[in-house]
Amino acid sequence: MTPFRYEKPADTAGAVEISRRAPAARYLAGGTNLVDLMRETIERPETLVDVSHLSGEIRDIDGGGLRIGAGVKNTAVAAHRSVRERYPLLTQAILSGASAQIRNMASVGGNIMQRTRCLYFYDDASRCNKREPGAGCDALQGFTRNHAILGGSASCVATHPSDMCVALAALDASVQLEGPRGARRSLNLTDLHRLPGNTPEIETGLQPGELITAVELHPNRFANRCSYRKVRDRASFAFALVSVAAALDLADDGSIREARLALGGVAHKPWRARTAEALLAGKQPAETQFRQAADAELSAARPLPHNAFKIELVKRVIVSSFVALAQRKEASA
Amino acid sequence: MHFAINGRSYDVELDIRTSLLDLLRDRLGLTGTKKGCDQGACGACTVLVHGERILSCLALAVQYQRREIMTIEGLGTPNALHPLQQGFIAHDGFQCGYCTPGQILSAVGLARELQNGVPSAVTANLTDDAVEVTADEVRERMSGNLCRCGAHNGIVEAVLEYLREPPETGAAR
Repeated sequence: MTPFRYEKPADTAGAVEISRRAPAARYLAGGTNLVDLMRETIERPETLVDVSHLSGEIRDIDGGGLRIGAGVKNTAVAAHRSVRERYPLLTQAILSGASAQIRNMASVGGNIMQRTRCLYFYDDASRCNKREPGAGCDALQGFTRNHAILGGSASCVATHPSDMCVALAALDASVQLEGPRGARRSLNLTDLHRLPGNTPEIETGLQPGELITAVELHPNRFANRCSYRKVRDRASFAFALVSVAAALDLADDGSIREARLALGGVAHKPWRARTAEALLAGKQPAETQFRQAADAELSAARPLPHNAFKIELVKRVIVSSFVALAQRKEASA
Repeated sequence: MHFAINGRSYDVELDIRTSLLDLLRDRLGLTGTKKGCDQGACGACTVLVHGERILSCLALAVQYQRREIMTIEGLGTPNALHPLQQGFIAHDGFQCGYCTPGQILSAVGLARELQNGVPSAVTANLTDDAVEVTADEVRERMSGNLCRCGAHNGIVEAVLEYLREPPETGAAR
């Protein structure tokens, strides 16, 4: 690990100010990704700005909705009564990620800001455009079972590993940012992460010094019909091969008022499946409709040598998720 | 830096880069906490902070000052084993023993999470207050602790027994 200066500011404004002034500063919360990458000397921040003690509450927003502080631990979000009752999709997604120990450490902001990565990114004997812009990508000619099928480029085919973010994408969550001199703005989670293009080292649209302070969830009608399904090589504590966050809101006549769909394990960012959603709106919740929507969404997929299976796999998980949601009784929760 | 570990306080001068794991083992001689992968994948370095299980290898020590840290040395003694330690012996929950301190502390943390009603990925009804203790729940909740000897079946039995028959008072917690 390269040496760094450690700062623990009293508030978010102080954190942003330190980060603005210090070159190569990084925010540190739970450290579950950053500390690991620093030990591998892939990340070499000169200043660590500890924000783990900031933005630590979950509260209701006027007019419905929920504001989750960026410093809240993943476990605390998943276990929160309002999240479990109103946004069970988020609870399911968080609990399917990492291990209990890591969820106890990892913050919401850190989960969002974890690096999009693959094993070649970690292996310094391999070329990686993320680690060293312009170096080339050894993943493309390597073992690509875990890599992207959507939105990849000749520069990078890594996937964003967060489960939480896939649920947040489906829920249309917005991310609250604080920048230098008190500048605040809000960004939809789906607009926060970038596709790799020619600059895979730039993973988000955050400006220098900008700090995530909260995630806001809006009121929704999906609590009774939503699910997060994750397919992986072992039953627990593994990244997704593919994952599917699906939600349905049915009208009184049984047709689909609104469908939400986001995919994990398939792209450099959480993949909001708007093509499929648009095709499902107003339709009857029939298996053939779901299949058509999945086919349309995945028509843009470009498989690599070892991951063509992901295309059919994710389609099937989409269809079976929606079929199960449509069959759920208008229920209790 | 100031640390509170197993009820004792420590003052140490520390390189800012030191992980909580290296502090415990290399600086304080608390070698019960094990270094397995040193990258957050195996769980051997699990310790409790205010009763919550975390991975000490991914923790920078500087962030854990003045917080109540418990390692395996603080859980039981050779003459007064913690019920989980007894359970691991009774159910053959280990062979080489390297992952065992992490397994046991992880199970202590698990018990507290259950008491607090924290659901898991296999919990059927997320809105229930109480979680039913099953082997599937234990397997899912212990998935952050790997045992390369393959003692997982014994570990699950030991943890299940502990969760189903909460020990009488008097045991070290």
